[in-house]
Amino acid sequence: MIGGLIAAALVYAVAVFRLRRRGVDWRPGRALAWYVGVAAAVGAVAGHEHTFREHMAGHLVLGMGAPILLVLGRPVTLALRVLPVRPARRLARVLRSRPIAVLTHPVTAGVLDAGGMWLLYTTGLHSAGPLVQLHLLLAGYLFTAAIIGRDPAPHRPGPAVRAAALIAFVAVHGILAKHLYAHPPPGVPALESEPAAQLMYYGGDLLHLVVIVLLCRELFPSPARAWRLPTAPARDGFQTPSA
Amino acid sequence: MARRNNLASGALLGLGIAAFIDETVFHQLLHWHHFYDKSTPAVGLVSDGIFHAVSFFAAVASLFLLASLRRTGSWHPRAWWGALLTAAGVFQLYDGTIQHKLMRLHQIRYDVDLTAYDWTWNIIAVALIATGLVPLTRSRHTAATP
Repeated sequence: MIGGLIAAALVYAVAVFRLRRRGVDWRPGRALAWYVGVAAAVGAVAGHEHTFREHMAGHLVLGMGAPILLVLGRPVTLALRVLPVRPARRLARVLRSRPIAVLTHPVTAGVLDAGGMWLLYTTGLHSAGPLVQLHLLLAGYLFTAAIIGRDPAPHRPGPAVRAAALIAFVAVHGILAKHLYAHPPPGVPALESEPAAQLMYYGGDLLHLVVIVLLCRELFPSPARAWRLPTAPARDGFQTPSA
Repeated sequence: MARRNNLASGALLGLGIAAFIDETVFHQLLHWHHFYDKSTPAVGLVSDGIFHAVSFFAAVASLFLLASLRRTGSWHPRAWWGALLTAAGVFQLYDGTIQHKLMRLHQIRYDVDLTAYDWTWNIIAVALIATGLVPLTRSRHTAATP
C-alpha cells in the first residue's frame, strides 16, 4: 500500500513536470495538496497503533483527512491535460460511462464509505490489515470527490443532492461514534473505546467542517473569487446599490 | 426572494448558534450534559445525529448566505434577527422537550433535581421565540410597504 502511495506521488510529479515543460501552468497549491495528502496517508498506514484511540486517529486521517487533500489535487484534471489525445479521450469516455456514474454518485459513494465504516466497527474487522485501509482511503476519496470534487465529472448531481448526502453522512458518522461509545467493537475494552469514540466524533466534525465550507464556497460563489474562474458567467449584483 | 433569503440565513444561523452553545457551553465547558449517557433509545440517537449534522451545515451555509446578502445590499436586519431568534428558540424548545424528555437523549444535568433546570431551559426557549416573532412580523409590514 505504501508502495502504491509513493507511486501516486511520483506519477503526479512526472505529470506536472511534463505539463510545465509544455508551457502549461499547474497551480502549485494543487500539487502541494496532493503530496501532503499522500504523505498523510503514508503516515497513517505506517504508524504503529497501540491503543484503539491511535487506531481511530489513523482511520480519520486515512478516511477523511487525506481524501480531502487528494481531491484538492485534482488528479483527473491533471491526467486529462497531460495525456496524449487518444488516451485522454478514452479516459473521458470512461468518466462518462454508466458504471462510473453510479459509482461516483454521492449516495453510492456515501453508502460505500459509511457502510464500510459501520461494518468495520460493529464487527471485529477494524483490526484487519491493509485491505481495510485501502477501502477506507478509496471510499473516502470517492465520497469526498462526489461532494466537493472539482475534477470533471459529467454526471455530478446538483448541489441539493450533494448537500443532502453530506448531511446524511455527517449524521451517520456521529451516530456511529456515539454507538461505539456505548458498544465497543469485539476485543476492545470500554476504557479504550470511549476516548476513541469521542475522537471520532469531534475529529470527524473538524474534517466535516472543512468539507462543508468547501461545498458552500461552491454553492454561494463570491465575485471576489470570480477572477479565478474565467469561464464563469459574469455575475450581476457585484456592486449594485441596495435592491 | 430577498426576504426569503434573509429569513433562511437568519433561521439557519439561529439553529446553528443554539446547537453550538449547547455543544460548547453545556457539553464541553460545564460538563453538565453527558456525551452519551447510554440510556438513550436508538431513535434518540438518530434524532441527535441528524440534528447535529443539519445544524452544523446550517451554521456554515447561513454565513455564506449572509455574506452574499450583504454584498448585494439586500440584507434586512429586522427579518434576519427575527428569524435567528425564533429558530434558536424553536431548537432550544425541541431540545428541551422532545430530545431531553421524550427521547431521553441526555439530561441537562446529573445528580440534581431537574425540575428547575427543565423549566428554565424551556422558558428561555419560549422567550426567544416570542422575542424573535416581534421583529419578524414587523418586517413583513415594512416589506409590504417599502
